Amino acid sequence: MTAPAGADALSRYTFPAADCSRIPYGMYRDPDVFELEQERIFRGPIWNYLALEAEIPNPGDYRLIEVGDTPVIVNRARDGSLHALVNRCSHRGAEVQRNLHGNTKVHTCCYHQWSFDLTGKLIGVPFQKGIKGVGGLPADFDKACHNLQRLRVETMNGAIFGTFCEETPPLEEYLGPVFTHQVKRLFHKPVKVLGYQRQRIFGNWKLYTDNLRDPNHGGLLHMFQITFGIARLSGTGGARVDADGKHNLSWAAQGGRTDQDGASDGGYAGTDRGDMNIKLKDPSLLRYYKEFPDNLTLAVTSLFANAALQQIGNTLAVRQLRPRSADEFEIVSTFFGYEDDDEAMTRHRLRKANLAGPAGLVSMEDGEAVELVHRAIVRDMDKHSIVEFGGRGPVTDQENLISDVPMRGFWIYYCKLMGIRAGETA
Amino acid sequence: MNAICGISPEMHLEVTMLFEEYGRLLDADRLEDWTTLFLPDCLYEIISRENVEQNLPLSLMLCDSRDMLDDRVYSLREANVFNIHYDCHIIGPVRVTAQDGMWTATAAYSLFQSIQAGETRLFSVGRYHAELKRVDGVLRIAKMRVLVDTGAILTLLATPI
Ligand SMILES: [Fe+2]
Repeated sequence: MTAPAGADALSRYTFPAADCSRIPYGMYRDPDVFELEQERIFRGPIWNYLALEAEIPNPGDYRLIEVGDTPVIVNRARDGSLHALVNRCSHRGAEVQRNLHGNTKVHTCCYHQWSFDLTGKLIGVPFQKGIKGVGGLPADFDKACHNLQRLRVETMNGAIFGTFCEETPPLEEYLGPVFTHQVKRLFHKPVKVLGYQRQRIFGNWKLYTDNLRDPNHGGLLHMFQITFGIARLSGTGGARVDADGKHNLSWAAQGGRTDQDGASDGGYAGTDRGDMNIKLKDPSLLRYYKEFPDNLTLAVTSLFANAALQQIGNTLAVRQLRPRSADEFEIVSTFFGYEDDDEAMTRHRLRKANLAGPAGLVSMEDGEAVELVHRAIVRDMDKHSIVEFGGRGPVTDQENLISDVPMRGFWIYYCKLMGIRAGETA
Repeated sequence: MNAICGISPEMHLEVTMLFEEYGRLLDADRLEDWTTLFLPDCLYEIISRENVEQNLPLSLMLCDSRDMLDDRVYSLREANVFNIHYDCHIIGPVRVTAQDGMWTATAAYSLFQSIQAGETRLFSVGRYHAELKRVDGVLRIAKMRVLVDTGAILTLLATPI
């Protein structure tokens, strides 16, 4: 038996604290760690977010996505069932489907015309028996052994998830009650896709999952809302985690606690930031129409490991994280509204999309922050990031935003899947 | 006379000069002056080819008034943190057509971004689709749709295209 690629990489770095309050830089830069993640995280016992059923509503509809760095076709078969297939011909390894999306009866590889049905079954091999007994494949070649590799698929309220691993528990169990609720909350009725946004960030993908689980940076890096007096770090908000700590919900709510202890008493002391009390010329961008039974105006749900569900006011999207190398990843965001939105609501959502994504007024900074870290940690791989806002020790729900505790939850679960013993040498 | 679309050389020159100024003001980081090229009820939109071809309405940036455009520029100045860079717009030949007092103009562009240390990358390519109107003798932008081929935004999209 051979050790998986990069297995020895883990011995290069030390997690000095069992609560993952220290993250060695090498985990973000080492290509061998990236190799190992493909196997142990993205093909490990996790559910990856794949696509929305609304993107492939009809039999034969398909879309190309990536799970980890593996190209995958998500499609709907003739009988309406959903399938996720590795987009790699079982013959010579070519990409089978080349169109990003479309409708088809079969996926045919252009290289040698091998064709696969919508369940991934190999159904056609030209010249399998040669011509007049000459050429072709050996008589014992068994097509049934050369289907496209399949992922196991489960859906929840129209959100499609997939896993490479046989041991992954059922989706609802994997999500746990809090995050099952979050998925069902956002997809509580049929959705209508409004479009896509893509962003290439030149940094490690885990700097992005860290960012998602660090509510503390919201009111310090993203200054749009604070500059224009909409929100602040000391407002009502917090974070929730599941039993493992692997998923995170960062939330903020209308009403509740008022600001008694933010900028006014020097929470922003030592920074050049704070309440500038400036008004937008067109404040309609900030209007929020309540559409959920709870009071959350912001709910960003990060699902281990490749997804984020986003409600920023009335801007709804699901983001898929596609790692490309240790040094680059893509975020593909699918923005949506609901099928029963009227024209005015659709228009409102489209305008409000200005807040999110690569050009988002409240989110553009994340791309810069990730790249700043990734550049500067090029050396000193065994030095560490500090993760102590909200305290050390167990990972629990947070009743305020001055916390990065959920980030530790991600890393504790990550270490478990990767086979890293955090705190071994502490 | 341009036989194809009934545009005089003078009109063509005027539109060309407007596009030149558009790119020049952006490259000089004179964003507050750049917004004055737009009419008060203008539309400025950056949208990916991917969405356009699927008839999906979502943009990357959408300002449906001068006020909203001014807000975005103000936010860039006062609130947002983004990659420190210099822009260089290369705007291709402009094609102009006219109908009912509204001029439409299209041109391809390349946008290069350079960092402080002098390294340059091709940031975005695509096409401008503009509707122009003469108001008080001056040609202004009623509508500017930037159709980007480079739909996968490199790092982030802060300064306008
Ligand atoms: Fe952020």
